Amino acid sequence: MSILPLAAGPRRSDPAPARSLPRRAGIGLKPEHFRAILQTLPDLGFFEIHAENYMVEGGPFHHWLTRIREHYALSVHGVGLSIGGAAPLDEAHLDRLAALLDRYQPESFSEHLAWSSHGGNFYNDLLPVAYDRVTLARVCEHIDRVQTRLRRRMLLENPATYVEFAASTMDETGFISEVVARSGCGLLLDVNNLYVSCTNHGRDARDSIRRLPLDTVAQIHLAGFAVESDSLGAPLLIDSHGTPVAEEVWRLYCHVLDRVGRTPTLIERDNDIPALPVLLAEAARADEILCRLAPMRRDEVRA
Amino acid sequence: MNANAIFAEALLDPAVPCPPGLASWNGSDPAQRFAVYRNNVVVGLVDALADSFPVTQELVGETFFRAMAREFVRAAPPRSPVLALYGQGFAEFIESFSPAAGLPYLPDVARLEMLRVLAWHAADAAPVSRQALAAALAAAESLPLARFEFVPALRLLASPYAIVSLWAAHQSENAALELAGVATDTPQTALVCRHELEVAIYRLAPGAADFLAGLLAGQSFGAAASAAFAGDPEFDPAATLALLLGAGAIAGIATPRRMS
Repeated sequence: MSILPLAAGPRRSDPAPARSLPRRAGIGLKPEHFRAILQTLPDLGFFEIHAENYMVEGGPFHHWLTRIREHYALSVHGVGLSIGGAAPLDEAHLDRLAALLDRYQPESFSEHLAWSSHGGNFYNDLLPVAYDRVTLARVCEHIDRVQTRLRRRMLLENPATYVEFAASTMDETGFISEVVARSGCGLLLDVNNLYVSCTNHGRDARDSIRRLPLDTVAQIHLAGFAVESDSLGAPLLIDSHGTPVAEEVWRLYCHVLDRVGRTPTLIERDNDIPALPVLLAEAARADEILCRLAPMRRDEVRA
Repeated sequence: MNANAIFAEALLDPAVPCPPGLASWNGSDPAQRFAVYRNNVVVGLVDALADSFPVTQELVGETFFRAMAREFVRAAPPRSPVLALYGQGFAEFIESFSPAAGLPYLPDVARLEMLRVLAWHAADAAPVSRQALAAALAAAESLPLARFEFVPALRLLASPYAIVSLWAAHQSENAALELAGVATDTPQTALVCRHELEVAIYRLAPGAADFLAGLLAGQSFGAAASAAFAGDPEFDPAATLALLLGAGAIAGIATPRRMS
């Protein structure tokens, strides 16, 4: 087996095609599944990678991703841009991201409404932002810079949070609606995050969904959470990505699909990663719901 | 200090109180909620180190390793979101971590594991073919002046300890048994190199280690070989070249004629 073909960069010179993810279920690409995927080529809408994991010069990660990319649509999901951070965006990181997107030409790029870096340190977590005017302006400025530098529309993911800020002057759905309207980015609706945040902050999940800019939802995420409790004994859900998607989240997913139509859906699993068939079964469940509840795109229904 | 700075400082330092201005819908303690972030950050980074330093962890046990890694995370959080390469500086930290002083080889084992990670993700390069190497070796007049180029995934580490044996013992099913047989005070030089999709670690004899170090420093074949023989009469250039070739370490050979 040779890793030579990497240097050729088969997709590099292609013009950026105006493609989008198939309106089906996909799963996160995990190194432990590289070989099984290429051996079995499972029927799946797309694979998703975390951008930062592939910001290395060479080696097995690029070897496998290059081969898998030849067979599947790809979603690149960033976890390190710190769009919600107080500091200007890290231009070096943006350059690395641009190079990665150039190399793999993914159908989708998304990032988080969160911050993860400060003072040059990277905290490896999606940290919460206050929903106020100052943050709103900064987040919009940052998304503007990202979309300009990457020359593509990005999707912004709603966060899972454990605290709120006394300084917030807007609610989360209002804040996200403003960001989306001003920046022109799309919304990545993480149904698990929404459920986790609504539980953790005593909000009604269906009401929150209603108040989001649903016409901009271009991708959905589903994942599992862990259950802890706060100091008063109320449930405090942790966005752990370490368990199967919870039944409550599946129900909420059906509710969302009724409103947004057929939308590419990612099954996220980043911890305690099971064998590939287990994830494929979860993706099949999402596909089955997609077919049943959203046989046509909403724009087709309207037409 | 802005809000991010206060939040960030409290994430890593358990002695710093929960940041002000946090709220909860039901009046529950924000500090307990903030602790989720503290835990996520530290556990996530310690997990990243555990992934990159499995033998270091086995040598000290999980509990000790995680306590040591936690100290490192707090002292030297990542400076880049590219977490795959986090851990540079961990070996130096272990050197200064007094509870680990009883295992003087531990920093070099950690150094070796970091080199393994770097080799794993290093830039791709095609190794030289057997034929090209044979042609260079056959040119008797120009060979002494030849200079070698190496693939980016090659690293060399000389240690006063038996780092290759320690590492190898931990790749075995009977790690504890094999480890008991390792004379840790034996100096060893490790060659770390990725060939195709695997990173391999080889133990170099003293002469081979000097020879490769010379070539890496830009010395000609002749100069590096002479120095290697001077230090180690048992230096075997043919076996060393065969090892380097098998490791996929050599990217090219520039003889004087081909350089001009």
